[in-house]
Amino acid sequence: MNRNAMYGLMAEFDSPEEVLAAARRTREAGYRQIDAFSPIPVEGLAEAVGFEWTSVPVFTFLGGLLGGCTGFFMCWYANVISFPLDIGGKPLNSWPAWIPITFELTILGGALATVVAMLALNGLPNPYHPVFNVDRFALSTTDKFFLCIKSGDKNFDLQRTKAFLEGLNPHGVFEIEE
Amino acid sequence: MASEGSRKSGIAVRPDPLHGSDPILAPGQTLGSVTEKISSIVIGKGNTTPGWIFGAFISFCLLMLLNTVITLLAIKGVGIWGINIPVAWGFAITNFVWWIGIGHAGTLISAFLLLLHQKWRTSINRFAEAMTIFAVMCAGMFPLLHMGRPWLFYYLLPYPNPMWLWPQFRSPLVWDVFAVSTYFTVSLLFWFVGLIPDLATLRDRATGRIKKIAYGIFSMGWRGSAAHWARYEFACILLAGLATPLVVSVHTVVSFDFTIAIVPGWHSTIFPPYFVAGAIYSGFAMVLTLAIPLRKYYHLQNMVTERHLDIMAKVMLATGIIVAYSYVMEMFMAFYSANQYERAQFVERMTGQYAFVFWTLITFNLVLPQLLWWRKARRHELTLFVVSLIINIGMWLERFVIIVVSLHHEYEPSKWFMFFPTKWDWATFAGTIGMFFLLFYLFIRFLPMISIVEMRTLVHETSETGPHSSLYPVPPEA
Repeated sequence: MNRNAMYGLMAEFDSPEEVLAAARRTREAGYRQIDAFSPIPVEGLAEAVGFEWTSVPVFTFLGGLLGGCTGFFMCWYANVISFPLDIGGKPLNSWPAWIPITFELTILGGALATVVAMLALNGLPNPYHPVFNVDRFALSTTDKFFLCIKSGDKNFDLQRTKAFLEGLNPHGVFEIEE
Repeated sequence: MASEGSRKSGIAVRPDPLHGSDPILAPGQTLGSVTEKISSIVIGKGNTTPGWIFGAFISFCLLMLLNTVITLLAIKGVGIWGINIPVAWGFAITNFVWWIGIGHAGTLISAFLLLLHQKWRTSINRFAEAMTIFAVMCAGMFPLLHMGRPWLFYYLLPYPNPMWLWPQFRSPLVWDVFAVSTYFTVSLLFWFVGLIPDLATLRDRATGRIKKIAYGIFSMGWRGSAAHWARYEFACILLAGLATPLVVSVHTVVSFDFTIAIVPGWHSTIFPPYFVAGAIYSGFAMVLTLAIPLRKYYHLQNMVTERHLDIMAKVMLATGIIVAYSYVMEMFMAFYSANQYERAQFVERMTGQYAFVFWTLITFNLVLPQLLWWRKARRHELTLFVVSLIINIGMWLERFVIIVVSLHHEYEPSKWFMFFPTKWDWATFAGTIGMFFLLFYLFIRFLPMISIVEMRTLVHETSETGPHSSLYPVPPEA
């Protein structure tokens, strides 16, 4: 890909309400490959750019399940199979004593899976991304909101898309170099 | 409703009609102003003030004292401390329980109050979480040092070994290993996840190349994409949901270290809730001990308002009453049980050779904090600061009474011996305080001590155009 290839077009807004309205209109206009960037989480914005659901909680559940099973199995295996000690005929599988470790490892597994899944699904860490090529984009972590239409969209046409974005009454429209 | 004209002027906090002059966020702040205010403490010029250097230096000296103690401990063993049979636990375990209890308030603020949608937590949760992590680090050192051979700590873990041995999974001391290490890991994860967008803000605002690169690496390329935010917020809620039962379980397991033994004064079913309440009590005291000087020194009164101090004081008052109830019930059960050893233990606590410790504890933990019933005391910085210090000391004495006083007066009179701390006992404790404060000094210098993202969200929510604006309609301007 050559150095000046186009990643897309980006429009800048002042408030979450403006970028949300703009994202909805962009989607109504038929664009599908869009993304929005904001300094705060904006309710409804992810849905407006086509995000449907996240599988993070599935991973949390699986991680927790795996952690819990590991904890219980480890205690049971150590005391019943690997190193059984008969203490006054008490049951080897004294399961109430395994509960604290089972519980702690459930939480540990769930938390690790949550964080790893969240980062992996977000594609982070990711040191380079074309949006960082726009100078004004540094303000997206302070108080500006951005809406981006990617050049891969089937309706993308530099002139028409630019005109469309300008019609959304933004602060400015920028081209994003690849 | 706000007019179309004022809507265009951007996002700014407006007075909250419900709380009038007593808001959780002073009016007039914008997304940009809170970002600027918090991040400038970290990346602005001239922030390594003489006060910061002085405080950090004192803490550093104490940390070096800790190094000295650990070296001596490695050479001579735990005999440098005052511990012996029967009081084998002494200061080390007292400090362990005290430090880990302090950590609990941070998780409570960051996780439990997030689930309950308590907005006031926003401006204190970041440094409360940092406090948790540093306190757990200090706590975790004590059991390891107390082993006398800390380099063999891995014996506590289930690792494959040629002796074919396992840790004793029926022992609360092994449960403690799992509880504390899970607690530290989850607290660190939660803290780091919360920091990611703030690190991105610092990356974008930093001017120096080294700072840009360092913050850039740790922000992992965060760009605030809408889908990222959606997953991020979901993950935060899930982590909060995991951390809330975790924090309760940790001090419960710590209390099992005592209740599962049959020592008079330990063997009691009230310990788990009593320990958790005590942990939150001392934790909030430590949050206030840190918050009051911080807001004054860094001029954060607009964000950590008087209302925050008031609410935290109320939490201390409430948990203090639970703790008081536990003390009374513990004593009542000792007498009601008609067990002569339990009774003797409590008579010894109140009238024995450590009685002055017990009565100081009652004064510090139960009597003096009753000042907080007065609104004026809850909002007076100096009073509240002194009360929070008193509670910190009181809670330390509580653990001393539970551990040392119980052990020094067990069943047989032939096993009644006093424990006297040596200078190295005090040095170890002072050393961990130094470590805690040095880490905290570094934290406030290199990381945003208030969550920038959550403050921005709060600004938006309390602004005219925010999602809750219809809850507090603004009267039309005259």
